[in-house]
Amino acid sequence: MIDRRQFTQLAAALAAGCVALPGFAADPVRVAFIDPLSGPFAAVGSSGLKQFQFIASEINKSGGVLGGRKLEVVGYDNKVSPKESLIQLKRVIGDGIQFIVQGNSSGVANALIDAVEKHNEREPGKRVLYLNYSAVDPSLTNEKCNYWHFRFDANADMKMNALTDVIATNKKMKSIYIIGQDYSFGKAVAAAAEEFLGQKRPDIKIVGNELHPIGKVKDFSPYIAKIKASGAQAVITGNWGADMLGLAKAASDAGLEIPFYTYYAAANGITKAIGAGGVGKVRLVGEGDGNPISTAAWRDVLKRFKAKYPDEDFTQPRIANTIHMLALAINQAKSTEPAKVAAALEGMTYTSYWGDIVTMRATDHQLQMPIRIFVHTNKNIEVDLDNSGYGLATESAVSAHMASTPTTCKMQRP
Amino acid sequence: MLELTVFSLLNGLVYGLLLFMLSSGLTLIFSMMGVLNFAHASLYMLGAYLAYSISLKIGFWPGLVIAPLLVGVVGALIERYGLRHVHRYGHVAELIFTFGVAFLIEESVQLIWGRQNVDYREPAILAFPLFKLWGTDFPAYKAFMLAISIGIFIALLVVLTRSRVGLIIQAAITHPNQVAMLGHNVPLVFTGVFGAGSALAGLAGVIAGPSLGTFPGMAAVLGSIVFVVIVVGGLGSLAGAFVASLLIGMLQTFAVAVDYSLEDLFKAIGITTGQRSALSDLYTVTVAQIGPILPYLLLVLILIFRPTGLLGKREV
Repeated sequence: MIDRRQFTQLAAALAAGCVALPGFAADPVRVAFIDPLSGPFAAVGSSGLKQFQFIASEINKSGGVLGGRKLEVVGYDNKVSPKESLIQLKRVIGDGIQFIVQGNSSGVANALIDAVEKHNEREPGKRVLYLNYSAVDPSLTNEKCNYWHFRFDANADMKMNALTDVIATNKKMKSIYIIGQDYSFGKAVAAAAEEFLGQKRPDIKIVGNELHPIGKVKDFSPYIAKIKASGAQAVITGNWGADMLGLAKAASDAGLEIPFYTYYAAANGITKAIGAGGVGKVRLVGEGDGNPISTAAWRDVLKRFKAKYPDEDFTQPRIANTIHMLALAINQAKSTEPAKVAAALEGMTYTSYWGDIVTMRATDHQLQMPIRIFVHTNKNIEVDLDNSGYGLATESAVSAHMASTPTTCKMQRP
Repeated sequence: MLELTVFSLLNGLVYGLLLFMLSSGLTLIFSMMGVLNFAHASLYMLGAYLAYSISLKIGFWPGLVIAPLLVGVVGALIERYGLRHVHRYGHVAELIFTFGVAFLIEESVQLIWGRQNVDYREPAILAFPLFKLWGTDFPAYKAFMLAISIGIFIALLVVLTRSRVGLIIQAAITHPNQVAMLGHNVPLVFTGVFGAGSALAGLAGVIAGPSLGTFPGMAAVLGSIVFVVIVVGGLGSLAGAFVASLLIGMLQTFAVAVDYSLEDLFKAIGITTGQRSALSDLYTVTVAQIGPILPYLLLVLILIFRPTGLLGKREV
């Protein structure tokens, strides 16, 4: 217990602190991270938060933004629920935060993009900027595109474009099974796969096009039995988190020995679960860098991250681009006012840690970047995942220009 | 088609028996104390994580025994020092109490083991395909899960119907006061049953962890389905829980294999549906897509047409 004298001292100190705070130029620029920190997808969300906080601390080490202000990433748990996300968005706005980052689930992204647009229209004085680092439903930068939304990950169409380029070169491939989570992203992946395969290899038969509920399937064995029975030569899946883990586990249990073309079959326990069974069979399409590591600077960052979080991996290189480009935009705008930062982000070109030159396309706010196809292996792996000895090796790369897909966005500028 | 049917049967059996392990404990606790234990699935999760840690230190087999015992002790402590005090405030307080305990356990597990998926694996001795049918492996570990679940069912049945302890438990379910007057320590029986029920949930976690994955959301994905099982089977009925578990296991597994939708049904009887129909989304949903909600549909139907459940004696 504190006595009354101590209490008054404390109160005085607190009051002084409150009064003094606005005086400092050093109060941090806060970024709200709205993603799952509990529930089935907590592993992905909390790992993403650590990656954001780590890169923010790297930026802070080299001086922060606006001549000395620090970046601070604050976590808000949305349990991958659009409803919870909107509640958290209200909290974020109430806390006076001007930047939100979100990535897990395009369902959430669809809810946030609307809510942010409406809020910014209603309260131009308290605008927020929405940086999407991982929700890849193409509609977010097409028919639903919005001035206050910027996407730093390649969308599902761009990735599928690159993935089907690789599949198309395999002349023996005759039948493919598509399985995904039953929501906007899963549907977008399936639609893109059908479209691009139809264009590039009309002879490949799609023998199954399956959607299962997201985060609700306990046992994937029935799905694997179905894939097996269909006689498919390969599987395309956009599954992530626990749903990818379950699918991979069931496939290896049943001895399903066909290639898996995936979006997210790595890290957060998945690489370890796939293990020896998936070497040379599981492929992943994505942005960022694989083994061998492209630049010394990136190798350095990965090493420092590993030193700080020995049990984690830097799984989402796009996070580094997201927060670095935000910092750059704040510095260029000389302000944290979202309208000015958004203007600075439009058309911005940035060189990532791993040497990729990426551009934020102004017409739809979709980052244009090279896309790579990685393969799950344990050969020549410099930076492994899940401390398993297995990791992703870069197999082929598609240049930013080739990976680009057109947009139907008609951007409404404020 | 035969291939798919056989594997759906096998998968449904494994999954159904796993559900039974979970729901047997829950239904025992309910029939005895009238408490729906919301923390049951969290104890399942706790079992898996404890077994994971034990398997790292001293191997899978000791974990198979020690982890359920530890979970049983946790369960007994929850009853003795928590639930018993809350009991006097009625069922609502008890429900809220177990609800709170569920959160507490789930969050503690994540605090201790982190929010990452942990790599809890089956023992090397069981990591081989038992047999191969039409080119698909049936893992030995799944056969092991089957064996354990069936063993538990038989053991429970024998204990409850053939032993003295079972006799007292059965009597305490229906006439607790008379049993107490005969000199039996009814509160101790309650604690024992709660502990045993929790240990069963723990055991289910231990054997399910390597096969279905050990991750922070594992309690959430099974949490609601076990309540469906015990209501469909009949509250307090062990045999009912057994039948309902298998039924729901099969239902979910077979649903995945069925790619037909309402539209196909309409076509078969000669009705054509327009693409533009406002209900076209509803018509084109396949059985496979709605598979996971089928148990809940069954629950609603059971509550309407047979509120006592399949084999239960009392109304919900």
